[in-house]
Amino acid sequence: MAIATVQAAAGRSRPSAPSDDKRWRQVDVRMRRLGYRPDGLIEALHTAQEAFGYLDDEALTYVGESMGVAPSKAYGVATFYSHFMLKPQGEHTCVVCAGTACYINGAAGLLGAIEGKLGVEPGETTPDNKISVLKARCFGCCSMAPVVMVDGEVHGTITPPELVTLLEDL
Amino acid sequence: MTAVGTPAATPPPRRRQAGPLIPEGPVRASAHICQAAGCQSMGSDRLLEVLSDEVLGAGLRDVAVGRVGCLGLCSAGPLVAVPEQGRVFERVRPDDGASRQDLLSSLSGEAKGGRPLAGDSFFSPQVKVVLERSGTVDPERVDDYVASGGYTALAKAVSEMAPEEVVAEVVKSGLRGRGGAGYPTGLKWRTVAIQDSHAGKYVVCNADEGDPGAFMDRSVLESCPHQVLEGMAIAGYAVGASQGYVYVRAEYPLAVKRLSHAIREAGREGFLGREVAGTRFGFEVEVRIGAGAFVCGEETALIASVQGGRGTPRPRPPYPAASGLWGCPTLINNVETFANIPAVVAKGGEWLASMGTERSKGTKVFALAGAVANTGLIEVPMGVTLREIVFGIGGGLAPGRRFKAVQTGGPAGGCIPEDLLDMPVDYESLTQAGSMMGSGGMIVMDDTSCMVDVAKFFMDFCREESCGKCAPCRVGTQEMWRFLDRMTRGAGTRRDLEQLESLADMVRSTSLCGLGQGAPNSVFSTLRYFRDEYLAHIDDRVCPAGVCAMNAGGRSEAVPAGVGVAGVGSPK
Repeated sequence: MAIATVQAAAGRSRPSAPSDDKRWRQVDVRMRRLGYRPDGLIEALHTAQEAFGYLDDEALTYVGESMGVAPSKAYGVATFYSHFMLKPQGEHTCVVCAGTACYINGAAGLLGAIEGKLGVEPGETTPDNKISVLKARCFGCCSMAPVVMVDGEVHGTITPPELVTLLEDL
Repeated sequence: MTAVGTPAATPPPRRRQAGPLIPEGPVRASAHICQAAGCQSMGSDRLLEVLSDEVLGAGLRDVAVGRVGCLGLCSAGPLVAVPEQGRVFERVRPDDGASRQDLLSSLSGEAKGGRPLAGDSFFSPQVKVVLERSGTVDPERVDDYVASGGYTALAKAVSEMAPEEVVAEVVKSGLRGRGGAGYPTGLKWRTVAIQDSHAGKYVVCNADEGDPGAFMDRSVLESCPHQVLEGMAIAGYAVGASQGYVYVRAEYPLAVKRLSHAIREAGREGFLGREVAGTRFGFEVEVRIGAGAFVCGEETALIASVQGGRGTPRPRPPYPAASGLWGCPTLINNVETFANIPAVVAKGGEWLASMGTERSKGTKVFALAGAVANTGLIEVPMGVTLREIVFGIGGGLAPGRRFKAVQTGGPAGGCIPEDLLDMPVDYESLTQAGSMMGSGGMIVMDDTSCMVDVAKFFMDFCREESCGKCAPCRVGTQEMWRFLDRMTRGAGTRRDLEQLESLADMVRSTSLCGLGQGAPNSVFSTLRYFRDEYLAHIDDRVCPAGVCAMNAGGRSEAVPAGVGVAGVGSPK
């Protein structure tokens, strides 16, 4: 079965990149390394999201077709996994860990503080497109609970007022 | 707040390149700095540079500064161990010179500071098999692993043992799956080994550690990735597979980086590749990164995801051991299970079987978190009591707080109350108590936790993570959450409680995979031990722990679990 897939991949004509944006080259390199095989779809989507920040219809269709996957299936995969973003994100991201240790140590207060300050819930972006708020399952930094990650930087044992100050300074 | 990531005012670097500081002559003392994700996020990566400069600046030519994996006591990070003195130094910060004084004077031999490891209530009761090299070897240097005896078990297996002999050792060890279900590892290996397959076989390492509050696999991969690769290669040899995959969560970037680096190193040194350890056995490993779906920890869902699709489970049989990746026989084990294998092969199955209880052999790694003084990663022999873990190693609760429950087994596990604390920790005892071993998350709760809200928290997790393929789980978790939500708002009735119990029973017995089958467990175990709290919510409209808002008029939808706690601001 694996062999048949490889043959299918080799014989297929591949689409050309949607634009001459240089970031497509990064995606192309990754897809070539994956042998344009359907089982590499998730890996290729990771790379496309790293390059563009999110996956729009164009990216989904292009990556899907290059990897030998119908747009419907590529869309199905992208919507199944919470890591993939189908909308552009704000300038900054604030991810609140919603794992058990953080729940025990007061993550609800952090979410409440964010909602009070920015008026957005997890999964939303402020109207000025400045901050996206997300909820994570668990960062595995349970010893520092509650934890938030702001622009990729982990802040542990943080209190709601401290988080508000942090967001104000962004 | 632990301020993290602010750049320190470091003196100009005196060294030509970043990384460990290794003296040319003999080493009198070495500072081993923990570089696992917990300590790194408290600045331990910058500490490596700062401390190296200070050691050089002080003219300590016989002092080494190195990177190691997780030292265990994550709540006191960044941690630095000085193995020659048997001491560990806590909260050594790159941006606070005073926090380094104690360590520096110990390194120079002027004084003996820090915390002695011998006789320490956190460190000394532990027995390390899986974490043997965690905190002693540099996770990014294969030479360190080899110098500590690494890859000798693989060499022994492929050159001195027949595949059946390797399987027999694993059977003899009594090792059971560390991912949660506790299936006998040797039996699984034998099932895959006896399959005939012209299209090949696969070995898959399940590193999709989805249980919130569990970080054992992350730490093992970050601290000693070669040990897992060695276990996988031995498994490949034993079952007749030449290709392995490690399926890791996207949330663990450092683990992915270290693992990928280790795969390249092992390939270069001939421990992976076409001729493993100079024999005709070939074994390659590839990393597959998950994309945030808890259900992918279930083995058939994981297979669907490795193949690039939506990670939905399918009915078993056929089990992956007969028909897994691309329909081929596939051995799937957890990170911790594979990490046990090199020791089993090197020291023999009987050695592992000499530890633990009658039916649970060896050790277990737990991630201790929540309302307990010492939080972090621990490894204990099977059969120790929960009390020893929580009040001995964990150091008990904060002053003035009362122990209420310890939650094990993740969202499919349960809460164990105080009167069962003297129960030995093994697969059977935990299941009997209405919880499960699970992957090893252990979260301590005190009297500020409401058990109805805890059940709602886990149900919220399950309803969000339900893949939607089967109706009992897709609809059942949602409806159970709704009952629990009503109770936490003070609107629950006795009839709700009855329906919740019968629905929980139905979801448990009719769901397709472990996610749905385990989802009702949080309800069952909290009802079993804390029914009075449910009744207080329903009959008296009171939350004894003072957690639930009990404002019966509140919205029933779109309220994230736990957002009911005092201090929540209202939406604009």
